[in-house]
Amino acid sequence: MASNIDTLAQEIQGPSPAALLRRRVFGHYGLLFGVTVLIVIVALAVLAPLLAGQDPYAQSLVARMKPPFWMEGSDPNHLLGTDHLGRDYLARLLYGARISLAIGLIAALISGLIGTTMGVAAGYFGGRVDLVVTFLINVRLAMPVVLVALAVVAVLGGSLQVVIVVLGFLLWDRFAVVMRSSTLQVRGLEYVNAAKAIGCSTRRIILSEIMPNILNNLIVVMTLEMAHAILLEAALSFLGLGVQPPTPSWGLMISEGKQMMLFEPWVIAIPGVALFILVLAINLLGDGLRDITAPENRS
Amino acid sequence: MLTFALKRLGLAVLVALTVSAVSFSLLYLSGDPASAMAGETATSADIESIRTLYGFDRPFLVQYADWLFNALQGDFGQSYYFKLPVSQLIADRLSITMLLGVCGISFALVTAIPLGVAAAVRPNSFIDRTALFISVMGQAMPSFWFGLVLIVIFSIQLNWLPPSGSGGWKNFIMPTVVLGYYAMPAIMRLTRAGMLEVLNADYIRTARAKGAGEWRVMFKHALRNAVVPVVSLAAVQMGFMLGGSIVVESIFALHGAGYLAWESIGRNDLPTVQALILVFAGFYIVFTFLSDLANAWLDPRIRVG
Repeated sequence: MASNIDTLAQEIQGPSPAALLRRRVFGHYGLLFGVTVLIVIVALAVLAPLLAGQDPYAQSLVARMKPPFWMEGSDPNHLLGTDHLGRDYLARLLYGARISLAIGLIAALISGLIGTTMGVAAGYFGGRVDLVVTFLINVRLAMPVVLVALAVVAVLGGSLQVVIVVLGFLLWDRFAVVMRSSTLQVRGLEYVNAAKAIGCSTRRIILSEIMPNILNNLIVVMTLEMAHAILLEAALSFLGLGVQPPTPSWGLMISEGKQMMLFEPWVIAIPGVALFILVLAINLLGDGLRDITAPENRS
Repeated sequence: MLTFALKRLGLAVLVALTVSAVSFSLLYLSGDPASAMAGETATSADIESIRTLYGFDRPFLVQYADWLFNALQGDFGQSYYFKLPVSQLIADRLSITMLLGVCGISFALVTAIPLGVAAAVRPNSFIDRTALFISVMGQAMPSFWFGLVLIVIFSIQLNWLPPSGSGGWKNFIMPTVVLGYYAMPAIMRLTRAGMLEVLNADYIRTARAKGAGEWRVMFKHALRNAVVPVVSLAAVQMGFMLGGSIVVESIFALHGAGYLAWESIGRNDLPTVQALILVFAGFYIVFTFLSDLANAWLDPRIRVG
């Protein structure tokens, strides 16, 4: 009886917001794919010491350039083969996932902090603040990212920390652009005016009235910039001016495999495909989040 | 229109000046240029003599003002490595990068716009899905890796195209595809979104109602309006592409300005690196300035606002 009444009530009220959200999430295959793949990659990276079973730095003269399992002459101890120094490719791939994820996450957090501060300040205060921030965004966009990053890393010396900080300080532009326009949209709404009218401090208005309402855009940009940072780190390391050997960075693995790719294309195929899948998953997650949080899709 | 153009020009000059100051301080303050140039085996006396020879012992602002004054006259100093004037070095290499940039953006536009239009005409059809698939792939594929894959397939396996060098037109095919594919997804998505919006407009219904053919409606009425934002995106992408040519040129050993940048960074040739950052930034600034003007000319609302 009670369940009948519930169904009746539901028919009249329509599905609850939570149910609607659930339907949007589970109806979005790109998002589901992205989340699943990303969870798997994070798990692989976290469990790398358990799964790899070997030291990613251990060299072996007698076991150089062993082919992966699908080719003839493969070694069951090295499922994905070994590189030109006899290091286990699977172990390097798994530890490399940690590097890519760390770079993506920390660089996106740094640039997110810089860009969000600038964007929200510009959007909320307007006037001169906005002029200055817009100008800085223009300057940043005019600077060739790859070139500046390469040059600064070369001067400071390539290490994981330097690469992360340099990328973090270069990739804030999209955060600033998106946060500025989101804040502009929210700034004039009733609840912000109401908060002003009851005498809330600027800090409080920004942190508890504006921020929660532009958080969805922030998260979307965060995912896209994570992917951007991961690709850039790989490109810098590939050009020899990013993370330095013997660190197992995927970009560096591709760079080291370049000499062998004439005869053994798999040495660049394996880390390249890994990089591609990771970036694809993060992009699909970002696109999916944008689709399900956009108000026009909430029909 | 003139006031608008002058305002924009002033802004562009200011941006260029700031970029030069920022990159100059990054390069000269973040490390010790004298010891970087001297190399690892140099004695402290060597470093000291380089410091005085190149004037690194002067106050930073004096160094920057000196550099800027000369740069405004087209003199970017001497390359430490090549022992040639930087301006001459860059001028020699720039034509290859420009050619690559023009080919790349043309490739991107020629593939992205028809795909975007086709995807918008039939949303959720097979062609729309394919276009989305191609753009998602393009955004996730590391361009340096895509370049290597092309080399493995077309140079090593099929032996159709040369893997490196800048001798003939065949050398430009793969770099064009790699660079163009990088810019393509954004242009395609914007074309699709613009067409979808425009196709619902009243004037499209009017055009159809008065009996205009479907092709005429698409190209004369719809695409013309949808393509306006694409122009400014293409200008921005072109600027990004020239800056990104450093990766592509180093993979294919195409001896353009991007390759020069890579060589100079590896050799701590700071005057060349500094000049190249400014040149690439200059391209971006000029392209966006021109597209701002074009948009203001097309759309009077921008001029006033």
